[in-house]
Amino acid sequence: MKRSKTMEFGVGLFMLAGIVGLVFLGLRVSGLSLSAPTETFRLEANFANIGGLKPRARVTMAGVTVGRVEAVELDTEWYDARVVMSLDSELEGQLSRDTTAAILTAGLLGEQYVGLSVGGDPEVLENGDSIRDTQSALVLEELIQQFVSTMAKG
Amino acid sequence: MPEHVSQSLARITRLGRRCCDVLEALGRAGLFLVQSAFSMPSREGFRLWLRQMHFVGVLSLAIVLVSGLFIGMVLALQGYTILVDFGAEQALGQMVALSLLRELAPVVAALLFAGRAGSALTAEIGLMKATEQLTSMEMIGVDPLRRVVAPRLWAGFISLPILTVGFSVVGIWGGYLVGVEWLGVFEGSYWSNMQANVTFIDDIGNGIIKSLVFAVVVTWIAVFQGYDLVPTSEGISRATTRTVVYSSLAVLGLDFVLTAVMFGGL
Repeated sequence: MKRSKTMEFGVGLFMLAGIVGLVFLGLRVSGLSLSAPTETFRLEANFANIGGLKPRARVTMAGVTVGRVEAVELDTEWYDARVVMSLDSELEGQLSRDTTAAILTAGLLGEQYVGLSVGGDPEVLENGDSIRDTQSALVLEELIQQFVSTMAKG
Repeated sequence: MPEHVSQSLARITRLGRRCCDVLEALGRAGLFLVQSAFSMPSREGFRLWLRQMHFVGVLSLAIVLVSGLFIGMVLALQGYTILVDFGAEQALGQMVALSLLRELAPVVAALLFAGRAGSALTAEIGLMKATEQLTSMEMIGVDPLRRVVAPRLWAGFISLPILTVGFSVVGIWGGYLVGVEWLGVFEGSYWSNMQANVTFIDDIGNGIIKSLVFAVVVTWIAVFQGYDLVPTSEGISRATTRTVVYSSLAVLGLDFVLTAVMFGGL
């Protein structure tokens, strides 16, 4: 009987360890937060070139992450890239209409993300609006090409 | 009929019989899995399952955790020497976590499980068959599928995913020990890079689905080989070898298929 009790205890501990491990993976490794998913609102922005921007990339403001890129698609009307972003709802009605969006790179070769900076317009962006003033991704190859051609001229 | 025609006829007959044998074994194995895995559970069955969980799961924990620790440490060491050339050693956490969660933890844990628990299951059931314990159970009206096989199958199905989770956790900790404590990667970037790039459903979830599939396959092969063997000492040794060989091949082959389905589109 004693042996069976310690065995049951061991198995229980084993299964508990599995659950605790899963929770650790969820919270610490994949960064899930226990709080309910924060309310978000959508903004769109059209870029001439998005470089290597991917869905799930960060959207930052002054370096602080305020949202994520939901989708990247081709706008067939203008043949440029439409980036759909979801931002914290705290910012809804706070961003001025002339907010600019730029695609930035973390480090020289790091991942690309969207950086927002506010302007001074008294009117504000609402859910589903699109940002007019955008700055495309810095494509390293194009830069080098420009550099080489100016060198050749000079 | 000329000599060579009858010879090739005989060869074709043998081939056909071989194919029929393989199909028959497959059918037996399938029926066996369905009959035993979905038999009615009882209070007694729960106790038997608990005992098997102890043997198959708890006692495999040590080997799985120690292997996980070393694999995480090696991953961090190897990854660091490559990443540091690109000045990207901050991505170490992400690399260790993704390779463990998506690939190494399910596969290596399943291989270790096949060697540690699968072979023992085959040998145990095989010896029961060779000493005619299974037949005598049937004689006294106890269904060996319910009493012997089902608890072992379910213990395997449940313990391998738990072992896989343990493997990942310990591996990531091992990577932390080597990467952060020894090689001096900044601790914040180890964890934040990991959190930014690991998703719960896509990476952890798919890893666990993989390990569930491996659990079913490995336990099924192990128990069926034990149940279906030729009841001699040679038969037991053959069946034990076959368990390890077949389950390793099945795990690695299925891993490719599952990876192609899960991550091929990324």
